[in-house]
Amino acid sequence: MNRTPSQFKILASENIADRRLRRTFQSATGHALGQRAQSVQLVPEWEDLRERAHRIKEEAVEHLDFYLEKLEASVIRRGGRVFWARDASEASNYVVDLCRRLQASTVVKSKSMAAEEIGLADALEAAGVQPVETDLGEFIIQVAGETPSHIIAPALHMTRQQIGNLFHEKFGIPYTDIPAELCAFARQRLRREFLSARLGISGVNFAAADTGTIAIVENEGNARLCTSLPRVHVAIMGLEKVIPRFSDLPLFLRLLARSSTGQKQTSYVSMISGPRREGEWDGPEEFHLVLLDNGRSDILADPRVRRSLYCIRCGACLNTCPIYQRVGGHSYGSVYSGPIGSVLTPLFQGLEAAKDLPYASSLCGSCSNICPVKIDLHHQLLWLREKLVSRRATPWQERLAMSLFAAGMKDPALYRMGSALLRLLLKVSGKSNRPFTVPGWSPTRDFPALAQTSFKEWWESNRQQEEEP
Amino acid sequence: MNVSLFIPCLVDQFFPSVGINLVKILRKAGVSVDYPREQTCCGQPAFNSGYHEEATQLARRFLEVFGEAETIVSPSGSCTSMVKVFYPEILQDPGLRQQLREVTGRTYEFSDFLVNVMGIKDLGATFPHRVTYHDACHLFRELGVHRAPRELIRHVRSIELVEMENSDACCGFGGTFSVKFPEISTAMAQDKSAAILKTEAEYVVANDSSCLMQIGGYLSRQGLPIKPLHLADLLGENIE
Repeated sequence: MNRTPSQFKILASENIADRRLRRTFQSATGHALGQRAQSVQLVPEWEDLRERAHRIKEEAVEHLDFYLEKLEASVIRRGGRVFWARDASEASNYVVDLCRRLQASTVVKSKSMAAEEIGLADALEAAGVQPVETDLGEFIIQVAGETPSHIIAPALHMTRQQIGNLFHEKFGIPYTDIPAELCAFARQRLRREFLSARLGISGVNFAAADTGTIAIVENEGNARLCTSLPRVHVAIMGLEKVIPRFSDLPLFLRLLARSSTGQKQTSYVSMISGPRREGEWDGPEEFHLVLLDNGRSDILADPRVRRSLYCIRCGACLNTCPIYQRVGGHSYGSVYSGPIGSVLTPLFQGLEAAKDLPYASSLCGSCSNICPVKIDLHHQLLWLREKLVSRRATPWQERLAMSLFAAGMKDPALYRMGSALLRLLLKVSGKSNRPFTVPGWSPTRDFPALAQTSFKEWWESNRQQEEEP
Repeated sequence: MNVSLFIPCLVDQFFPSVGINLVKILRKAGVSVDYPREQTCCGQPAFNSGYHEEATQLARRFLEVFGEAETIVSPSGSCTSMVKVFYPEILQDPGLRQQLREVTGRTYEFSDFLVNVMGIKDLGATFPHRVTYHDACHLFRELGVHRAPRELIRHVRSIELVEMENSDACCGFGGTFSVKFPEISTAMAQDKSAAILKTEAEYVVANDSSCLMQIGGYLSRQGLPIKPLHLADLLGENIE
């Protein structure tokens, strides 16, 4: 299923009409928000933590070149290798080459949005390598031939009954919709893959520049297996995942877990500093870190949208967004959905290719309000709208309407005249009390009628008597 | 104290009673009221759609019209936040930025002004009805005002305030969003209405006419008897 961000309006209309899908999204996001609220309530210093995290991300992003080179040096010092990938194909090719060298026909992979972003699974399959998704949600959507509908819960759009049917059809097991049984089946199947794979692929949640340590959070243990059992581990990270110090990590771990799932801490937190060293019993022989740019330098170059690089991919802005809640992740036509997706996708894929996304927000501000690193998401959307306007990428009718609007509003005499003229016209045509018909609005909602007397007119005729008590 | 009214264009053209009642309330609160007649619109429709140049021109006009005002009060959280939160983002002229800082410091949404500046919670109104209050996004999140309107409602005699679920969830208006994405906007209004219905209130009260236009427009289309009511209308119409 090839969806693109340019189809947002069509996809959103389809998905919003699907009552079952809408219920699934609303109950899942509602549940996540409830869990989050409960766990955040237990941290009285939450607002201070957000502020501190914002400052640290600011430090990292404002000095990204410095911290990335520091990270590179630290990883190499620990015996790891670093590859700078300018774009998706450079990153994918690097991993494909690793597979060739290892003669790996299957690879195990844990959840990584960066890998989704570059289409790594497709690149591997094209090269004859079978990528096995080991995160349960990713496994489900891989089997279903789908794409993730949520940053942290990729199969959020599916019910357990659908998953039961899917497993029954694809694997021939007896139908069950009991989560524990479905999970046990996947676990058994995946265990074999973990033991035989020569290469494990993971994402990165945070990378500490001073120690060269990458941190991966998860709840299933599959990422730990991916990064420790195979002979070689390759981790892929967007450039913005670097944090200055290892000592910054606890703060981010607290914010991430509570914001995404409402957990105090995820079940597993793996901290990996290079490959197996002499005298150690386990761990991979080689550790590779892919630093993915893929448009991030361009975002960095624009100070107005730079803060979108602070994102730690917790998914809270998706859960709280009234638009995401109703249209679901697939409507955005990109791996990143919700408010952060509406900011990142146009920046990654080009504004013209994702014109509707910056407007797919009522600017209610709940995304900015919930963001654990205080990204002013809805302000970023406003800047993207401005970019579209300054590139003349908005409809000419709208441009005309806006210049007329500004001209009328700049000149109080014109405003007054227009207001009086409109009332006169309505009166002459006998439509004074009739509600306006507004395209887009009127099919579902009543629009009010113009007031017989404007406030301005009222003030002018009542001012004198009102002022004399 | 002298208050200059900042009346949103939507109120001026469609809901003038909100402005008229605000005049009544402010006089009752003992301040003298003035209405700078050169005012038109704060520019938010242009700003929200990305037309920042047009919005900047209107921001400059706002400073011309209200630059000398002692205190500026508006019956809209949205237009007030345009001035206080968003003007500073677009007005880059260093000569004007200092003046803007001063003017925004003297600009208030009306419930915030009454409760937090004047210290008035009781205007002596009586309203024997069950109401629920909708937190408008801009008022709630951009300006952080949510206690003041509730204080004013609670001090109305015989009124019953019932909180709805997720009172701070967006109603789906969002300016041009409401016509650019009618299905999403309507779905939001639908859920908001369901939350309102559950309270069994007779009136849904808010401090922004735009939210009330969205919620009320949906309710009346559905033939539901709950009436939208601006807090200024509630207070002003029912002062003894």
